[in-house]
Amino acid sequence: MPSSTADKISNERAVARPLTPMAIIAPAVGWLVPGAGHLIQQRWWRGLLLMVSVSTMFILGILMQGKVYRANAGDILDMLGFIGDLGAGGLYILTRAMDWGQGAINLASADYGTKFIIVAGLLNLISAVDAHHIAIGKKS
Amino acid sequence: MLILQLSHFSAALIFALFASIVFGITQRNTPREMLRYGLKAFAWFVVGLVGGGWFMWLLRH
Repeated sequence: MPSSTADKISNERAVARPLTPMAIIAPAVGWLVPGAGHLIQQRWWRGLLLMVSVSTMFILGILMQGKVYRANAGDILDMLGFIGDLGAGGLYILTRAMDWGQGAINLASADYGTKFIIVAGLLNLISAVDAHHIAIGKKS
Repeated sequence: MLILQLSHFSAALIFALFASIVFGITQRNTPREMLRYGLKAFAWFVVGLVGGGWFMWLLRH
């Protein structure tokens, strides 16, 4: 007989997964270097594909003269843009250090670039969470 | 620095490709399911792109 939703939730809680060091290290490394959270867990192809996808998207955004948001307390959209950009981890830190991503408002493609950078950051956050799920055994 | 200028269509296709790869890998468990989900996500991105384009064309005319 199929169990109810409440039973499923209680079963999931009963199978408590231990928080190993890898469960913390993998998402942290994955955030800092896209795909690295999977690579350190020997998910070579997944890690490589994530690294290429997120990094290429971020770099294309920069090359399209997209804007990289800085920490700010102004416009709400700027703050959300900053959170998205920050998801790219090491790429964001490198970009800020090199003072790239000033944004060229005279180019239509610069606006696409800004979105590429934000989405690359958000996709990297999803990848880091996935690395955590692999580390705790929720995913193979 | 090199300045890359892509058309809206090509930028959207590249966006769809990379987003689909990440969605496929992160949202499914087995390689087969990942591939299927990634392809499906890419197809939906493209359908949405072309559909959205035609919708805006209809609005204009």
